[in-house]
Amino acid sequence: MRPGALDRDQRRFSLDQLLQHGLNAIILGGTYALLGIGLTLIFGIMKVVNFTHGEVYAFGAYVMFALVMPLGVNFFVALVLAMALGILLGAAIELLLLSRLRDADIDTTMLVMIGAWIAMQNTEQLAWTGVAHSIKNPFPPEPLVWGALSVSWNRLFVFAVASLLIAGTYYLVNWTKFGKALRATFQDRDTAALMGVRIDRVNTATFALGSGLAAAAGALLGPVFVVVPTMGDLAASKAFAIVILGGLGSVVGATVGGFILAFAEELGSGYISSGYRDAMGFVLIILILLVRPTGLFALKERIS
Amino acid sequence: MTRWLPHLFVLFLASVPLWMTDNYILHILITTGIFIIAAMSLNLLLGYTGQLSLGHVAFFGIGAYASALLSLGFEAHIAPGLLVKVLPKPVWFAMLGGIASAAVCGYAIGKLAFRVRGAYFVIVSISFAEVVRLVALNWVELTQGPMALNNIPALKLGAAGLELSFLKKPMVYTLVLAVAVLSYVLIRRLVQSRAGRAMIALRENESLATSVGIDVTAYLVLATVVASAIAGAAGALYAHYVRIVDPDIFLFIYTVTMVIMVVTGGKGTLAGPIVGGVLFGLLPESLRAMAMPPEVQWIAYGVLMVLVVYFLPRGIVPAINERWGAGEATASPLRNLVVAAKARS
Amino acid sequence: MNPARDSAKPDALLSVRDLSIRFGGLTAIASMTFDANAGEIVSLIGPNGAGKTSAFNAITGYLKPTSGDVRFKDRSLLGLSSNAIAARGVVRTFQKTSVFGGRTVLDNVLMGLHLRSRQTAISILLGLTSVAREERELTDEAIEMLAFVGLVPRAHELASALPYGEQRLLGVAIALAAKPSLLLLDEPVSGLNPAEKASFMGLIRRIRARAITIVLVEHDMRTVMGVSDRVVVLNQGRIICDGAPAEVQRNPEVIKAYLGEGFARAHH
Repeated sequence: MRPGALDRDQRRFSLDQLLQHGLNAIILGGTYALLGIGLTLIFGIMKVVNFTHGEVYAFGAYVMFALVMPLGVNFFVALVLAMALGILLGAAIELLLLSRLRDADIDTTMLVMIGAWIAMQNTEQLAWTGVAHSIKNPFPPEPLVWGALSVSWNRLFVFAVASLLIAGTYYLVNWTKFGKALRATFQDRDTAALMGVRIDRVNTATFALGSGLAAAAGALLGPVFVVVPTMGDLAASKAFAIVILGGLGSVVGATVGGFILAFAEELGSGYISSGYRDAMGFVLIILILLVRPTGLFALKERIS
Repeated sequence: MTRWLPHLFVLFLASVPLWMTDNYILHILITTGIFIIAAMSLNLLLGYTGQLSLGHVAFFGIGAYASALLSLGFEAHIAPGLLVKVLPKPVWFAMLGGIASAAVCGYAIGKLAFRVRGAYFVIVSISFAEVVRLVALNWVELTQGPMALNNIPALKLGAAGLELSFLKKPMVYTLVLAVAVLSYVLIRRLVQSRAGRAMIALRENESLATSVGIDVTAYLVLATVVASAIAGAAGALYAHYVRIVDPDIFLFIYTVTMVIMVVTGGKGTLAGPIVGGVLFGLLPESLRAMAMPPEVQWIAYGVLMVLVVYFLPRGIVPAINERWGAGEATASPLRNLVVAAKARS
Repeated sequence: MNPARDSAKPDALLSVRDLSIRFGGLTAIASMTFDANAGEIVSLIGPNGAGKTSAFNAITGYLKPTSGDVRFKDRSLLGLSSNAIAARGVVRTFQKTSVFGGRTVLDNVLMGLHLRSRQTAISILLGLTSVAREERELTDEAIEMLAFVGLVPRAHELASALPYGEQRLLGVAIALAAKPSLLLLDEPVSGLNPAEKASFMGLIRRIRARAITIVLVEHDMRTVMGVSDRVVVLNQGRIICDGAPAEVQRNPEVIKAYLGEGFARAHH
């Protein structure tokens, strides 16, 4: 639709539309933030650009699908299992591929992660074929309506769980012993090691945690959209956009970045063209590089 | 003796169309050659400047699209109310246009992306290729979107009476070989000069390079422009060979294919991308011969990438050089000069 | 820019005026003012954390000072990029060994000759004979530079394979290849054995004999007192003394802040 083509009726409803887009963005932003936090934690602690992040997200969605649809496992139990399996998968990737590359430069680990990404994605494609699957959810189908605004119960649930997980991650990073080790490693890995922090364990735990969050995001969004093997690519590119936006390594940045991206996408697809919805992330990346190359929240010394 | 080996090798390659009649094998050689050209250009960035540029397929695709569009002619709105109409141009001109378009994009993205390094740069380079893919997919008026650009003409040179048509495979093969040799020569000149030393210097130690007056960003941009122009040439060759171009040309997997060629062969060596390119140009064919689905090929690429990083981190060519004691550095003519200078003093 | 403030002597090659550097709340340098005159060897000394390397970084554009000015040949260097400062003739070495590790020693010096070379991208891509001719000239100059620091026999070894002391010499050769008129040496003899230190002092004098002004940051007092024309003492970001080596050695504040401990170490 061309910019000048809005007719009178559409103009009249544009405020409601704007509010509806805003609401959609807030709901979506929660899951985006979840994705971004996982990625930014892994980068901040391990200096690894985790290209498998999107595949772990897809993995979460597929576990959800496999448990709920053919096996008939309870929806909420499946969600917990998907996240748990995501954590295990993350730990396995770290132990198998990264633990031996701890002193390697960032380009080396990136190549390994790209290799793992390509292998994982095509294994998914081989195992599940390219056909899209949908996952049944136990929520009432009719949306919650409030004035001119409406939101589905499922999305509301997704937002609630995502917020809970984000809050949990903040608690973990800022208030627990593990979080203390995490922050110490983030500030200065060598000093942290000298102070008795087991860097190898911190690495494995971080990667497992980040992957768990990605799998949770996948398991949450799988029932909202559909499940396809290439869903990981899109998720990964969005997670990268979020993390660049917020500044690599910043948890707060990733949270805010998730919501900014969701708003940009909602407004972009609503007012420019739905074909460019997925381009908004990249456009934001390029804009942020022009204005502030290190991201909005580049806090070198702090993790949160 | 070893000095003439490369020339003999090129002569041998040039003779292939004279005795090879199997069109399928020629097809494989052509596509492998096109990928090798692209991989050589990527090596300039990846190997010599040390920047992990993961958007390289964008330049390949821009070269292909620009060349195809110029040869077909097009009508599109560049901005609202600004209609640009281009009549079909001769293919040689279109190909040069493709190369120029890729180079211009290389300049722009180089200026933008090299404000950052490391992980940021990598993500920016990937994003750039994705944006270009989405534009190719959605700007239907210009690119036909997923319907693809069809009936792209093949290259014809010369005037009526004495006309060379690059429609048949032996001719396309010769053209690809010529472009590959030219690209190789250009890249070799570059890396064995002041510019190449500046690129290697910034890869080895950026602050030290700056301290002796090397304008690091300028050389990164130069490397990007040359690399994208050559990748654009490869894309133009591709477009006028397969004669159909769709947005899938921008898929990340093709960048991965180029990266794996360079890394396996040996980044930062002149021969590396050629060795890696031959290997990974022929591997998919052998997998296909075993009736494997394409996913298996990509899985194999992914696993191989991990294995190469673990077991052959510097690639095949440096490993062979070490084994046989003939490193590229020692093979340079400078060695003789130094020996002569020592004898003088 | 500000002639009223400019108390530099007419022959001051480098003049640092009221230079301050703060990182967040930490003051690395507080209002540093000193000159280096053409042909001089000036040493900048002070305990660890006194701000010496920060001063080098600010002079050579690796660090943006909080305030103050750095003038070279009476033109401000502030705001210039590091490579542009090198092009003006101010070249520094680095405290940590800094060579192009993966390349041969000869290549390292050729990389240092970047500013000397006149090759353009076009002439390179066209393969002009002028490029080949210049490559031969550059190689001769690089070998001459290696002869100057005594590394010709190592020309074809990888820089990373050299012993520590020779890597430091190579670092100096790379810097000299950039044809500086002012050379900043950052702790060039740290980690060297006494024989290497002695020969490095000789090298510093020979560099000065090539009409290159030298500013030296160094902890090793024997080297500093042996080669310097003038010594500037920094403590906690401030200059506490500026004078000839003998003067500085007698200055009670210096002895209290630094030299007492330094001499005690040197005599062990």
